[in-house]
Amino acid sequence: MIEFNDVCKSYRVTRRNSGFGNAVKSLFKREYDTIHAINHISFSIKEGEMVGYIGPNGAGKSSTIKILSGILTPDSGTCLVNGRVPWKDRKEYVRQIGVVFGQRSQLWWDIPVMDSFELLQAIYSIPVAKYRNKLDELTQLLHLEELLKTPTRQLSLGQRMRCEIAASLLHEPKVLFLDEPTIGLDAVSKLAVRGFIKRMNEEHKTTVILTTHDMQDMEAIASRIILIGKGQKLMDGTLEDLRLEAGTEEAGGGSLEMDIDHMIAGLYAKLNIM
Amino acid sequence: MKMRENIRLYVKYASACTQSVMQYKLSFLLMVTGRFIMTFGELIALKFLFSGFTQIKEYTYGDVLLCFSVIQMSFTFAELFGNGFKTFSSMVRRGEFDRMLLRPRSLILQVIGSRFEVGRTGPLLAAVITLVLGIRYSRITWNLMTVWTMAAMIIGGTLLFIGLFMLEASFCFFSVEDTSLINVLTYGAKAHGKYPIDVYGKGILRFCTYVIPYTLIQYYPLQFLLGKTRHWQLAFCPLGIIGFLLLCYFLWQFGVRHYKSCGS
Repeated sequence: MIEFNDVCKSYRVTRRNSGFGNAVKSLFKREYDTIHAINHISFSIKEGEMVGYIGPNGAGKSSTIKILSGILTPDSGTCLVNGRVPWKDRKEYVRQIGVVFGQRSQLWWDIPVMDSFELLQAIYSIPVAKYRNKLDELTQLLHLEELLKTPTRQLSLGQRMRCEIAASLLHEPKVLFLDEPTIGLDAVSKLAVRGFIKRMNEEHKTTVILTTHDMQDMEAIASRIILIGKGQKLMDGTLEDLRLEAGTEEAGGGSLEMDIDHMIAGLYAKLNIM
Repeated sequence: MKMRENIRLYVKYASACTQSVMQYKLSFLLMVTGRFIMTFGELIALKFLFSGFTQIKEYTYGDVLLCFSVIQMSFTFAELFGNGFKTFSSMVRRGEFDRMLLRPRSLILQVIGSRFEVGRTGPLLAAVITLVLGIRYSRITWNLMTVWTMAAMIIGGTLLFIGLFMLEASFCFFSVEDTSLINVLTYGAKAHGKYPIDVYGKGILRFCTYVIPYTLIQYYPLQFLLGKTRHWQLAFCPLGIIGFLLLCYFLWQFGVRHYKSCGS
């Protein structure tokens, strides 16, 4: 379903020392740093898989999601999602993917959620009957009845995230990218979101890739985990593999009961990617 | 078919934008009236100016009024429809543009659709009043040709300003935040375009022909409209704006490609 092959992406960022003098100096002479956001990363994901994509801040997670969703063109390497190259033929490609950015809303701020959904129906030209069915299904599963008439700006974060997820599934995408979908949510909302994603995957065979810092998300949803750091792929396996890897350098036993956050932090430290 | 669907979507966008604005009733009313007064004020200023003079160069009050109203009309239409380009830098910063890249629709349609600004109907009303006055005061003999010229001037002007807004937006792709230089061209043109360009002298006339093609929708067709020339060909000058618009479009496309390879 997804072939990500030897992809590289680097950015050029300006750099200057602090202070007003240096700010003026940088007007005339710029110093650039090249950051290798993604450095020869490869992986492949089968249809219906749920993959957790983890790594510390700045590891290259968002860049990967952006490349996979076609927003960004890589410097080199190839990528195929459902037989298509993400950054080519944009309009055709994006019909088959859904993307949720946990930190950014795709709903219109001042109009009721329902109206946002109807705009999306027009944008994706979803036939009315199909749209109704899908909307009913999503409304039921995500408990949206009460929310549909409320303007987005008046929703709580948890309510909004449920609507965001529904919005990205209206056109029945084959692949769903979730960039930190549970960020800032309370316990109940988190559980609801996790439960729903799992169910979507089971019922519709939707392939899911999610990035998160919430390790319980990983435990609950992802059957497979890809760990990246400093733009490189470090591990690819189950949560159990990760645990073993982290445990090996821990002196003595008891590592299996280790708190999952500690385990990941230990792993980051061990692999020197912080 | 596709065109019809796009128009349908644009109308949906426009109605969503309008509903959003109307959520804040007082602010909406203030915006419409405020902008109406602002635009209307310019007309009054022109009236005062002409209470001292009877004509500027060989243009009478009626002539200038007509010219003024055409530019006013074009500019407000352009702001009404092309507002998305004007606020484009905020769209990029807030990640809205990334979202647009994820939707299976034309980017330009999404950009202009998502910022349709109904508040511009205030100035539009002022512009219509000015136009009616302009037509009454001018002594144009109306026939098919003059009607065409007038319409072409307004539509061409609208497209010209939209093109300039688009140019301004394209700069955002290259992380240029400050667009004052382009504002000189848009607002400057609006302010100076009120008077037939040749009142400013030959140099400006040339600049506005070869650099930014204002004269195509103002000076040249105006000469024909006011009966100051026999060259009927001048009535078709506004068609030249299509070329300008194409140029802006290519720049925009180039910008999008650059954005996709550099990220925000």
